[in-house]
Amino acid sequence: MTLPALGPALPEIILAIGAIAMVLIGAFRGESATRLLEGAALALFALALVLVLSGEGKAVTFNGAFIADGFGRFMKVLTLIGAAAAILLSSDYLRRDGTMRFEFPILVVLATIGMMMMISANDLIGLYVGLELQSLALYVVAAFDRDNAKSTEAGLKYFVLGALSSGMLLYGASLVYGFTGTVTYSGIAQAVHGGHVGIGLIFGIVFVAAGTAFKISAVPFHMWTPDVYEGAPTPVAAFFASAPKMAAMAMIVRLFVGAFPGALHDWQQIIIFMAVASMALGAFAAIGQSNIKRLLAYSSIANMGYALVGLAAGTAAGVQGVMTYMAIYLATTLAAFACVLMMRRDGKPVEEISELAGLSRTNPWMAFALSMMMFSLAGIPPLAGFWAKFYVFLAAIDAKLYTLAVIGVVTSVVGAYYYLRLVKIIYFDDAKPAFEKGDLGVRAVLLVSTIFVLVLSLVPAPLFDSAAAAAKSLF
Amino acid sequence: MMNFGFGILTGLLVLPLVGAAFILVQRGDEAAVNSNARYAALAATVATFVLACVAWYQFDPANPGFQLVETHGWVSDAIKFKLGVDGFSFPFVVLTAFLMPFCILASWTSVEKRVREYMVAFLILETLMIGVFVALDLVLFYLFFEAGLIPMFLIIGIWGGKRRVYASYKFFLYTLLGSVLMLLALMAMYWNAGTTDIPTLLNHHFPSGMQPWLWLAFFASFAVKMPMWPVHTWLPDAHVEAPTAGSVILAAILLKMGGYGFIRFSIPMFPEASAMFAPLVFALSVIAIVYTSLVALMQEDIKKLIAYSSVAHMGFVTMGLFTLTPQGIQGAMFQMVSHGLVSGALFLCVGVVYDRMHTREISAYGGLVNRMPLYAVVFMVFTMANVGLPGTAGFVGEFLTLLGAFKANPWVAFIATSGVILSAAYALWLYRRVVFGEMVKPELMNITDLNRREIVILAPLVILTIWYGIAPGTILDAFAAPTEHLIKNYQAALTAAKTAMLALQ
Repeated sequence: MTLPALGPALPEIILAIGAIAMVLIGAFRGESATRLLEGAALALFALALVLVLSGEGKAVTFNGAFIADGFGRFMKVLTLIGAAAAILLSSDYLRRDGTMRFEFPILVVLATIGMMMMISANDLIGLYVGLELQSLALYVVAAFDRDNAKSTEAGLKYFVLGALSSGMLLYGASLVYGFTGTVTYSGIAQAVHGGHVGIGLIFGIVFVAAGTAFKISAVPFHMWTPDVYEGAPTPVAAFFASAPKMAAMAMIVRLFVGAFPGALHDWQQIIIFMAVASMALGAFAAIGQSNIKRLLAYSSIANMGYALVGLAAGTAAGVQGVMTYMAIYLATTLAAFACVLMMRRDGKPVEEISELAGLSRTNPWMAFALSMMMFSLAGIPPLAGFWAKFYVFLAAIDAKLYTLAVIGVVTSVVGAYYYLRLVKIIYFDDAKPAFEKGDLGVRAVLLVSTIFVLVLSLVPAPLFDSAAAAAKSLF
Repeated sequence: MMNFGFGILTGLLVLPLVGAAFILVQRGDEAAVNSNARYAALAATVATFVLACVAWYQFDPANPGFQLVETHGWVSDAIKFKLGVDGFSFPFVVLTAFLMPFCILASWTSVEKRVREYMVAFLILETLMIGVFVALDLVLFYLFFEAGLIPMFLIIGIWGGKRRVYASYKFFLYTLLGSVLMLLALMAMYWNAGTTDIPTLLNHHFPSGMQPWLWLAFFASFAVKMPMWPVHTWLPDAHVEAPTAGSVILAAILLKMGGYGFIRFSIPMFPEASAMFAPLVFALSVIAIVYTSLVALMQEDIKKLIAYSSVAHMGFVTMGLFTLTPQGIQGAMFQMVSHGLVSGALFLCVGVVYDRMHTREISAYGGLVNRMPLYAVVFMVFTMANVGLPGTAGFVGEFLTLLGAFKANPWVAFIATSGVILSAAYALWLYRRVVFGEMVKPELMNITDLNRREIVILAPLVILTIWYGIAPGTILDAFAAPTEHLIKNYQAALTAAKTAMLALQ
């Protein structure tokens, strides 16, 4: 037996070696090594980022289980940025709360390896391995504030539901394997190619879709999201909202586009249903929220719905739309969560939306940034969020999914209502006392993502072009 | 003209932003910053107007095509940053640039809190409004069209009256809901034509089966913006709650975007659908004219009354546009420009007394002529122009649209004409209640006449209102050539469609 080519998976391998080294350092030096490990995690992410960016072309390894291509690189870059931002956002926060442990950066790195495996998974086994590595690390991270009942509850809830969804995914994968005789995407695609899709295979697809939908918190598998966002420490919620969503969305896209192009009309219906349900539920359920983390949770549900609109098209333009959407969503979400992390008064974090009242007087720049993110999430041009929606709906129109597009834009108007509510509270209401000065890492993340959104609003072409080039690698 | 480097239209877009950036970097104590902000905003808007005049000098009204065109790479090969003006859009560019300095002046003392943000919001709004009219790319147009909601939302919500939050939400969500459907339509157009370049799309034939859907989607957006009955209800609320300058901008410019949209997109790009839906537009227009005039009669708030009268006047515009006669279209264009001047001026007049008394209740006034003779004259001129008295700018537009309507459908013209009478009723009655009569209310005893700043604001508007009433040719010439071009293309498209139908049978 020869060793498979390791080159294409080099970033993941380096991360894995790094993670093991981090565990050893942590085990020998204990809590005093936490700072060092955070720095190590950031350095590992930076290194992986450079390696990912320097890769080119398409390469398959590990007997077809792992693929490195343009699409994967694009999504991995987003994932790594999200993970690095999570480290930056959490560092001072967790330390101040007294919940920082040296395991935290290690768990984030492990989860990130899982995510990158999900993105690059090219057969069902690889997919499952990546997904479980990511999930197990995330369960622990969710419950990281272990003396806090809410955080523990969040971790437990996430674990139970996550395990259930993994089970469904595994069951679906076994059905697919049973009916196609192979686990590789290309093999499945060949088996399904005939045009006739048997009922057993459709069952498999449905279960796989259900299992993966849980990971991106698409309706009807979204129930865990608001509770986990609210219960988990805020930087952890920011992490959940960013990097894992990138990976899970990439996984779904590659799975459906790569393995089931022949069954497009079958899975398209599932995706359309999930998209419509997510957009509608996200829009309507967010209206009544008073906790900003719950609001952002519903917002992320709705956002996943919009991203799925692009996937529903099932075309290269649709995939490009999804990728653009995820990149812009990442920046917007990180900025929004950075703002939430800056909501701190008398040494304690506050999470009620009403606490933002009159922020435009007390902290005009944060008010500007947060309002811009809200308008961006609402999809108002010229902000980046508009371009995100523009491209997914453009793909949907091209695929003649008119009803889906109309429902989508109408729910975006409903969604605008609650985004506007934040702007209203920030700009129209009378001022409350100022927040404390935000942590350095949080402010850095806010600044970078705000600049990213601003620049993208005015000069969107580079992102689209790279997304378009990357999307081609799937077709 | 120029394919690299930026032309004069980009200058119009950038100048207000430069002013806004200058205001944003101001530091120091609040009074100085506020004062600087006011002067900087005034300077930026005046400079923009001067530049617009330079553009006017270069503009050739005899040419029906697009002029001062500039193209820059932007989103992709198909979606470009392309600017240009023709006879339909250029008057609005000049109108916007012309009115903005007055808006800044009108807010000089009445806006006391957060002056800096206010001026920045207005300058950004100016860029976005001009952008709507100069955009020659569908996506770029949509971008400006929608982005204008953000500053207007903030202007109403922060500096508005008591129910400002409600009004700002209503304004935002109503307009947004209309526009998103247009967004989908423009995507469908993109896939059909392969470009979003407006001049190319104007010559593109959209399939007959597709046209009604596209038309309806655009209609959803423009009808709300216009606003047409029955989706006009956001307008009175927004007008009443907005600060004076916000009302001026709303009435004078933002409403015109709807009419401009019809003339730029709906009619030339979907001619068959336009012919098909013309009766619908007529029906909604005459209902708007008669119904909202009646509603205006019963208003107790001056701003609300003028808001309803705006809806009625916009009814003339939509009616005129869809007569698809030269008179109707020219009349509608003229009506939009003159309404921009007159309604803007009327809101400024309301602002004058509101600044003094802080109420807009009609019943709170009476007998103002005794203490404010100058004001009474100015208000009289604009009231008469609003009624459509011959010799004022208001007359020409109404007359031409009615003329066109008579040609297209005498019944429509007949009902619409009754609106003219109703407009005289509500406008004159308003004038009588506010200006004439005995001055009995003690609060009014010390009210002062127009001050120098207010005279400077209102005098040019009075002169223009009368000048355009006497010599309408100065504006009519600007869009005579494109109107002729539009009608010719429209007729040709209809004939082609008819031949195709016959060939099928």
